[in-house]
Amino acid sequence: MNETGAQTGAPRAAEASGASAAEEPLLKVTGLVKHFPINKGLLRRQSGAVKAVDGIDFDVRRGETLGIVGESGCGKSTMGRLITRLLEPSSGKVEFEGKDITHLGVAGMRPLRRDVQMIFQDPYGSLNPRHTVGTIVGAPFKLQKVTPEGGVKAEVQRLLSLVGLNPEHYNRYPHEFSGGQRQRIGIARALALKPKLVVADEPVSALDVSIQAQVVNLLDDLQEELGLTYVIIAHDLSVIRHVSDRIAVMYLGKIVELADRKSLYEAPMHPYTTALMSAVPVPDPRRRGAKSGRILLKGDVPSPISPPSGCRFHTRCWKATELCTTQEPPLVALKTGHQVACHHPENAPDQAPGDKALPGAAEAVETPTL
Amino acid sequence: MSVADVPAKAIEGRSPGRIAWMRLKRDKVALTGGVVVIFLILVAVFAPQIVSLLGHPPNEFHEDLIDPDLGTPIGSFGGVSSDFLLGVEPTNGRDVFSRILYGARISLIVAFLAAFVSVVIGSLLGALAGFLGGWVDGVISRLMDLLLAFPQLLFTIALVSVVPNSLMGLEGSSVRMAVLILVIGFFGWPYIGRIVRGQTMSLREREYVEAARSLGAGRGYILIKELLPNLVAPILVYSTLIIPTNILTEAALSFLGAGVKPPTASWGKMLSDAIPIYQDDPMYMVVPGITIFITVLAFNLFGDGLRDALDPKGS
Ligand SMILES: Nc1ncnc2c1ncn2[C@@H]1O[C@H](COP(=O)(O)OP(=O)(O)OP(=O)(O)O)[C@@H](O)[C@H]1O
Ligand code: SF4
Ligand SMILES: [Mg+2]
Repeated sequence: MNETGAQTGAPRAAEASGASAAEEPLLKVTGLVKHFPINKGLLRRQSGAVKAVDGIDFDVRRGETLGIVGESGCGKSTMGRLITRLLEPSSGKVEFEGKDITHLGVAGMRPLRRDVQMIFQDPYGSLNPRHTVGTIVGAPFKLQKVTPEGGVKAEVQRLLSLVGLNPEHYNRYPHEFSGGQRQRIGIARALALKPKLVVADEPVSALDVSIQAQVVNLLDDLQEELGLTYVIIAHDLSVIRHVSDRIAVMYLGKIVELADRKSLYEAPMHPYTTALMSAVPVPDPRRRGAKSGRILLKGDVPSPISPPSGCRFHTRCWKATELCTTQEPPLVALKTGHQVACHHPENAPDQAPGDKALPGAAEAVETPTL
Repeated sequence: MSVADVPAKAIEGRSPGRIAWMRLKRDKVALTGGVVVIFLILVAVFAPQIVSLLGHPPNEFHEDLIDPDLGTPIGSFGGVSSDFLLGVEPTNGRDVFSRILYGARISLIVAFLAAFVSVVIGSLLGALAGFLGGWVDGVISRLMDLLLAFPQLLFTIALVSVVPNSLMGLEGSSVRMAVLILVIGFFGWPYIGRIVRGQTMSLREREYVEAARSLGAGRGYILIKELLPNLVAPILVYSTLIIPTNILTEAALSFLGAGVKPPTASWGKMLSDAIPIYQDDPMYMVVPGITIFITVLAFNLFGDGLRDALDPKGS
């Protein structure tokens, strides 16, 4: 997690020297699918399914921060809960340190829970109102039956000070803290067992904007201090743009673009990413020269119950052609460290030139000039 | 609310229970209800001692206090005097004061124990239905619907009439009381069950449950350590609200002749005895009537106050 990416040790070095095959990813996801069945009627027959996550592949490298962005309902949380195995995938594979954890049960997952932890979105809902902070932050030790050096109480107090809370507030209840402080309690709990991978599902979106930066910076500092690997989920780029090493953009249960942060910001390829980036309130001066104006996507996100055929974005894409409606573009690397799933990407050669544009595609967006 | 600027001494947290207690203390109406409830419980517990001081044994006849021609008590207000604080019964002249006190024992014992039965069954099945969902929920929910639609009063009257006089070591009124407790308790559990089921279903979706699962918690831990502490408040509230309902049910059953056996005193029986002669001796109807009214009101006010005090959204 850093601005330049230069001092990120292992993963970058490995990639540069071409030794990435030897460097096993911390987490490897292949063809991950989660469909929630919809049961209707008296007999509860399955009448369809919410295709929340519909076939995604990615790796998480040791020590990096992978940012995941996408609009509400595109399946980010579902993805997060699949890789932490709070949900069981419908199909596909999740490997943690080379071990297949796709269908492990509660007991099978228990030892791995130490290594994979989650920070939740809702600072009010994620802490049990009837437990003291001491009980909450101490729960990981109890559940994993480990006694830290110096005892649970001392360790909980150390964790509280680590996240910037008063260690004497051990006996207080969650309602006595502000939203930001509560989120810090959640972070302390997630870090108690010294995990390797931390999945943070919109860790700051419920907080005041003024507090968001503090919590993001805390996560950043802790990563450096403890050598953590992060998957941070966000619904827009503003939160994760500075802290991610790589960013995956999701749309309707699919990853449509996955690239190094710098590459993504300098030359986004997927039209959806372009739209997302133009929605970020702080305009990037480097990008302004390339293409000015904000792109406002029209229309709603289609339902994940029956996603559009071909490229799922074709109903809202201004570059859509007939091919886009029938053939799903595969996620392929068009550049080192830059994968995209689009027939007609921006900032890259057209993958299917000469195809007939869809009537009305150009009106799919508004581009008001600034 | 900021914690950082609170002096370091005040590190003891204010638990949700303590906050509820502080809120309850400010609610004068609920507090009055609570005081009356405690008073009634004490009166019922110490009925023999109080009666020996201020009254006469509940089944002792005082025919000398009855007008032999009319069968009503001599004197005004149903024979109220310093010796008989609430007057005497028509026909046989038993002390109404001591019969009300002994009746309180029957009423409260039946109401509390029946509530206990309802709470145990209702909490257990409600929590299981809400937590496990699926077919377990389906079966338990249909059972609750069935019981709520059941003609409870008719069933109880029929049942009481066929229960033998002695059963499993109990005799007479004790058998009747045991039957009343079990029947009222059994028909009352779906009310608690529905509430606990709904609460459990909503609690189960909270993120702290996910958090516990992400730490490796199993179902047992989640139900007992994460959900149960949050179910105590609603269970407590609905227990206090089911008690007055039980008092009324017991009174109604006694009124209809399906309560404890005479000569055991009971409020409902006193009311039903009073109906035929209420024009000649209104006092005999007013006393148990007001007693039932005050008791039920006190429990309801206290229960409502408790609910407000335990409401997390309250100020
Ligand atoms: N347990 C579930 N049962 C049925 N449908 C679900 C379930 N969980 C999520 N979904 C559906 O799956 C889709 C993706 O949900 P998800 O929560 O993963 O989206 P998200 O990207 O995290 O959105 P948000 O930004 O709102 O958090 C949504 O349509 C949602 O309604
Ligand atoms: S594949 Fe076609 S519809 Fe999809 S994003 Fe690319 S251009 Fe747009
Ligand atoms: Mg989400």
